[in-house]
Amino acid sequence: MNEYSVNEYTADEMMSVAAARALGDGMSCFVGIGLPSKAANLARRSHAPNLTLIYESGCIGAKPSRLPLSIGDGELAETADSVISVPEVFNYWLQPGRIDVGFLGAAQLDRFGNINTTVIGSDYRDPKVRLPGAGGAPEIAASCRQVFVVLRQNTRAFVEKVDFVTSFGHGTGKGDRERLGLPGQGPTLVVTDLGLLRPDPETAEFTLTELHPGVELDQVVAATGWKLKVAEDLKVTPAPTEQELTLLRDLEKASV
Amino acid sequence: MADLLSLEEAVARLVHDGDTVALEGFTHLIPVAAGQEIIRQGRRGLTLVRMTPDIVYDQLIGAGCASKLIFSWGGNPGVGSLHRFRDAVQHDWPVPLEIEEHSHAGMANRYVAGASGLPFAVLRGYTGTDLPAQTDTIKPITCPFTGEQLTAVPALNPDVTIIHAQRADHAGNVQIWGITGVQKEAVLAAKRSLVTVEEIVDVLEPRPGAIVLPAWVVTAVAEVPGGASPSYAAGYYERDNDAYQAWDRIGRDRGEFTKWLNDLMAVTA
Repeated sequence: MNEYSVNEYTADEMMSVAAARALGDGMSCFVGIGLPSKAANLARRSHAPNLTLIYESGCIGAKPSRLPLSIGDGELAETADSVISVPEVFNYWLQPGRIDVGFLGAAQLDRFGNINTTVIGSDYRDPKVRLPGAGGAPEIAASCRQVFVVLRQNTRAFVEKVDFVTSFGHGTGKGDRERLGLPGQGPTLVVTDLGLLRPDPETAEFTLTELHPGVELDQVVAATGWKLKVAEDLKVTPAPTEQELTLLRDLEKASV
Repeated sequence: MADLLSLEEAVARLVHDGDTVALEGFTHLIPVAAGQEIIRQGRRGLTLVRMTPDIVYDQLIGAGCASKLIFSWGGNPGVGSLHRFRDAVQHDWPVPLEIEEHSHAGMANRYVAGASGLPFAVLRGYTGTDLPAQTDTIKPITCPFTGEQLTAVPALNPDVTIIHAQRADHAGNVQIWGITGVQKEAVLAAKRSLVTVEEIVDVLEPRPGAIVLPAWVVTAVAEVPGGASPSYAAGYYERDNDAYQAWDRIGRDRGEFTKWLNDLMAVTA
């Protein structure tokens, strides 16, 4: 078990641990594949054994023993409390606002938490890079009670303006969601490999509230494509514990 | 009563040039063998419909079978991009590909409307996003009872829907279990349907969580063991994750893909 040094961990590991900690025990969480799935599964194995994982393939209460490669791996269905059709997932479970947290990734994110996973480049019909697209994200971002976003922080991802709004965050600022009648609170937390960002209560602009241990503020500012606001009481994220790292590494090992 | 046919005969009879074709299966039970038979038979000008065009549609698009794609998430699950899809959208290779892009909630509801015999479905979706500006089949609608602004999407009624299932009996009743995705809706929405199955059995023993599509809503059944590989069939075989990883290398390069395509064309179903 103890083949890793406690003090050595990667920025990605810090990101997964910080994202996992944001999920409380007893919550229900709509899980996207990749980093969100890793964090949600880590949470369920550590401090949140009663976290309900919901995958858009129709698996409610999935309890996978290893990280799934896709949102529809067989083990998700075998271990789920209930397996339902895809229309049911979106219409009966997501749309009425039953789900506490939507956990999403992003290719681009702006200061108001708007997400792009559709195209890079300003011309939708002639994109520089065609990305996979929306999947379940637009309605997850609209209807979950809150949304957490997890992604690596760099100027390619953290942009002044997203090239395409695939999933609506806070639009152009505070009040936009209410005006559009969106039921959920929208993005309330962004977890990166450098720190944590939360929306300013007045403006809904994402503001750096925590730095991960060993990360310099300048580094985060340089990795952000807009003029990053920093909370007055900027805190430092507690480093991953030995237990968190062991669980995370076991999870990753089991997924290979 | 569904016709029990070989895969070759079923595709020849049911899938025509220019058709709107849906191959469904949400990660599980993807009708890959049927997709490859469409490639072998050289269909052209298809409008392909699928929520998650993964490698089965990457292959059809790369082979030049499609002129349009209606979809909501086009990636290689757990691996990355679909390079043939990207090449078609970004560089018109091998032929231009028109796209009609939705979210999963929108696509699922479009099938539900199709299966329900309604012209459109209503959902709370797409609000605030840039999708309605690019996709004509997303329109606002006002609830006549509350005045709430909602979104309407038109029914999907494919000329033919193709799915893969675990079993059918000799009459063509089809049994599916595990993740059933949007397959029932996609079959009921279609004018014709083809179900490839792992096996044809004498009696469909009940299974927990299984759904049954009665033979009279299925046009044809073809027995194709392994027909969902490299996706999986619960109770039969696991997902071949290595094949999904390997596709990244094949799909990334036009030359590699062409070699793969030539090998496929050399094999009969």
